[in-house]
Amino acid sequence: MVMRGMYKPVGLVALLLAATSLSAPVAQAADAVKVGVLQSLTGTMAISEVTVKNAEILAIDEINAGGGVLGKKIEPVVEDGASDPAIFAQKATKLVQDGGVVTVFGGWTSASRKAMLPVFQKLKSLLWYPVQFEGNECSPNIMYSGAQPNQQILPALQWAVEKGYKSYFLIGSDYVFPRTANLILKKHIESSKLKVAGEEYVPLGGTDFSAVIAKVQAAKPDIIFSTLNGDSNVSFFKQMAAAGLPSAKLPVMSFSIGEQEAVAMGPSLVEGSFAAWNYFQSLDTPANKKFVAAYQAKFGAGAAVTDPMVHGYVDVYAWKAAVEKAGSFDPEKVRAAAVTLDYLDTAMGKVKFAANQSLVQTGYIGQLDPTGQFKIIWQSKGTIDPDPYDPLVFPGKKCPAS
Amino acid sequence: MGEWPLIAGQIFNGFSVASLYVLAALGLALSFGLMRVINMAHGEMLMLGGYLAYLTLQVVPGPLGILAAMPVAFLGAAAVGAVLEATLIKRLSARPLDTLLATWGVSLILQQAARNLFGAIGVDVRAPQWLNHAYTVPSGFLEGLTIPATRLFILAVAFAVMGALSLLLARTRIGLLVRAVNQDRGMAAATGINVRAVDLSVFCLGTGIAGLAGVVLALLGPVTPNVGQSYVVPAFLVVVLGGLGSLKGTAIASLIVGLFSALVQILVDVSLTQVLLLLFVIGFIQFRPQGVVAVRSRALDA
Amino acid sequence: MDMSIHRDTPTPLTGAPLSGPMAGPRFSRPVALSLALVAVAALAPWLVSAYELNLLARFLAMGLLAMGLVLVWGQGGVLSLGQGVFFGLGGYAIAMHMKLAALGEGELPDFMVWSGLDALPWWWVPFKSPLVAILGVMLVPGVLAALFSWAVFRRRVGGVYFALITQALALAFATLLVSQQPSTGGFNGLTDFQTLMGVDLGSTAAAHGLYWLTLALVAGAFLGLRLLMNSRYGMLLRAIRDGENRIRFLGYDPTPFKVVAFTIGAVLAGLAGALFTLHAGVVSPALVGVVPSIEMVIWVAVGGRNSLAGAIAGTLAVNLAKDGVSSAFPDLWLYALGLVFVLVVTLLPGGFAGLVGDVADTSWAKRLKSIIVGRSK
Repeated sequence: MVMRGMYKPVGLVALLLAATSLSAPVAQAADAVKVGVLQSLTGTMAISEVTVKNAEILAIDEINAGGGVLGKKIEPVVEDGASDPAIFAQKATKLVQDGGVVTVFGGWTSASRKAMLPVFQKLKSLLWYPVQFEGNECSPNIMYSGAQPNQQILPALQWAVEKGYKSYFLIGSDYVFPRTANLILKKHIESSKLKVAGEEYVPLGGTDFSAVIAKVQAAKPDIIFSTLNGDSNVSFFKQMAAAGLPSAKLPVMSFSIGEQEAVAMGPSLVEGSFAAWNYFQSLDTPANKKFVAAYQAKFGAGAAVTDPMVHGYVDVYAWKAAVEKAGSFDPEKVRAAAVTLDYLDTAMGKVKFAANQSLVQTGYIGQLDPTGQFKIIWQSKGTIDPDPYDPLVFPGKKCPAS
Repeated sequence: MGEWPLIAGQIFNGFSVASLYVLAALGLALSFGLMRVINMAHGEMLMLGGYLAYLTLQVVPGPLGILAAMPVAFLGAAAVGAVLEATLIKRLSARPLDTLLATWGVSLILQQAARNLFGAIGVDVRAPQWLNHAYTVPSGFLEGLTIPATRLFILAVAFAVMGALSLLLARTRIGLLVRAVNQDRGMAAATGINVRAVDLSVFCLGTGIAGLAGVVLALLGPVTPNVGQSYVVPAFLVVVLGGLGSLKGTAIASLIVGLFSALVQILVDVSLTQVLLLLFVIGFIQFRPQGVVAVRSRALDA
Repeated sequence: MDMSIHRDTPTPLTGAPLSGPMAGPRFSRPVALSLALVAVAALAPWLVSAYELNLLARFLAMGLLAMGLVLVWGQGGVLSLGQGVFFGLGGYAIAMHMKLAALGEGELPDFMVWSGLDALPWWWVPFKSPLVAILGVMLVPGVLAALFSWAVFRRRVGGVYFALITQALALAFATLLVSQQPSTGGFNGLTDFQTLMGVDLGSTAAAHGLYWLTLALVAGAFLGLRLLMNSRYGMLLRAIRDGENRIRFLGYDPTPFKVVAFTIGAVLAGLAGALFTLHAGVVSPALVGVVPSIEMVIWVAVGGRNSLAGAIAGTLAVNLAKDGVSSAFPDLWLYALGLVFVLVVTLLPGGFAGLVGDVADTSWAKRLKSIIVGRSK
């Protein structure tokens, strides 16, 4: 009896909410819903971000081919962030305020995310961010599917400790992610009574590693943890090889080299070096085989597939699942639904969004083979819960409960 | 391994970096000295050299591929330089600042062309096996000092290019003509020298050297559409420091920049080194605004 | 020797297509036209959407910088490839204040906390005061520009050398900002501003107010620069551009003239950076480096290096095109940008303002008229 009495108002509210969400200030065709895809198509970041855009569009096309979401076709609106945080903020405003999109997939650098954050908070919209990052942030208006430090950096350290490496040299490009990652690494290395043999930074795009390598040779570490980004990796590995320190002699663990970078650098140059990610193209699951085949069918037979691309792809599917669960495109409800979804079976394995809006996922270590693919040599025991604030470095800091 | 090997290593690295800058800046300095124009697309000539090396290695894959790539890159970049000079720079020769801006437009176009032709992610050019090793000092107070063969090779190339260029300028008829135009353009023209042809050939020579430099840079760095940008600003500083169109000046300036960066890096990181280098250059021109070597002190506006 | 002196002299304006209308700015009719334009622009908040208004406001702020380049480059003949530095200094000055204003007693900006700082760097402290921040927007770039340009110009280093040194300055400044993450926010820059002097920056009133402030500053700078360019100072500045040594022989020292022009350009760039930061909600090293600095020169080259109105028009046109074209055709945009640069600099050194001026020129108009009349007969 009591139950029955409660159904009515609940149903009424649901109907009202559905009506308001339909009459939201969004100009769109009755059978289509617009979403934003905001990546850098020009500038220094275009190399990486264009592939994420491709993966996001692929997911949208697949969903449309399967009948869309809530009976509507998804209409992607693609904008260029031009590798400039100010442009990202500008285009995010354009998409949400003038373009009438219900959500946005995009961003790569932390700089772009930081610049977009106030826009999404002000306009009460939702951004799906696909790249591993340094944590220390939880906005209710961003879904962080890329790894938190404890899902990429720390598993790599755990693996290295298990392998018996005692002395660590940290090399990074000079920006936020490497600096924060190394801050976390240093605390954990020292608390494990191991040694930090050195810490060096090179400007983004830097090409001269002669001094850094001299310092490495003087410090004689067991392994290098590298957060170098982009072209600097090529210079670093070439100059290491020239100095008689190929990966076979001094192992390198990289956090920014994926399949695409390995192919571009020449696989033989980086062969034998290690990388930590939450996805490798070589992952042997039916879902991944299907995804890789679909991507290569659309973008070329040899096209490499990387971790951020899969995160972009999975984001679109997670959004679809959340929309269907919420029965609405309203960002607020989609967000609430997204963090209560069950595990999704995706190309990167079983994942779900935790209450702090970051992704619960598995950590993998791969070793590069001569073809530019990674052989998976280690994986975390089950999935890892995301932790935006490292308890050792930032004790007591937690995401505000949303 | 104590302090000495590190310092000695950095002195060697200073020479090594200087050899890269010499190769990157020589062509720039040559045409700047003669025609007073700065070619902002010079970095893209380095890039072109890298890509030509890549293409050559596809055809000549063996250990000597890199040697074959050098003349190919030289000629290829010189040809592009010829087109650039004949279509654009010639028209702007009385407006050096506008040349600078127009050639920057050219550099944008060349970068995008490389992106469309070869893809944005760059191509793989590797040092051959005979260069991929290092010499290590086994004992003594420099124990542990490592000298990479690749860097020695690049030093040798830099010396060879400088030697050939000074012979060309000092001993050949072409060199005579270049020196004549360099000293007094008007008088040279009046004596019947084809000044235009001299301009064109010097510009081609300059871009050709950049193409050659691109090949050796590819041994230590990436070959991507925007690789030129990472070398070109230091190369400009070398030109500013070196003085007008003097080979000796360019060489000394490269050495100053190379040693300065290498030695400062023992104490501070690379980012701060860049800033200190600029402060050093501004400080230096307070004392010698005409650069390390001033060729023509009689010119009022040099 | 003669020939080479001629070639060394930075006299971009001796070529035939450059003489005539570009010798100095003209008066009256353009001013009236400009005033009418400002009046229309003031109504923009009711004519365009909130997003478009924000876009317009950003571009107008950049126009302020572009007008500074007209003085420095067009009138003074000094090409600066480092305006991004001054733009950035202005932007950071106001951004630092806004970050501090949002904090409680004893708190630090978030990026300082997770970079491991436990106290505010000393040079941040004065920016707690809004007055210091607003003065800093103009004074920091102004003083730096004055010292830098004086050091370089007094040793008679100019022309191409100066352009290259300013480019290195842009590179060094961007690198420094990125590398000093604990005190500058590094690559991420500064973002997430809430209030400015108690005004909620997210409100519509703030958006409109800032737009009008920008417009007023643009109009003010336009009139001020116009007066300056028509003054004795402006005449001497152009004379120095056209023949520095002639002016020296006449007994003037060119250095202070050029330093003043460069400093005014930097102050305008600083103001532009501060306004841009307010409109965009972010300031980062991506705005101050080599490439953005040279793009700033494109705006002016396209619009017209000797025309204040042209510079603003060029800024608006290039940025609107970038906004529209780069998303739809990213490859095409880079080709177009490069090509526009080559063509404008080679064929239209006066930019589109110069073209308009040429066409309006009576002799031209007459010739055109005679052609039309001749054909119609």
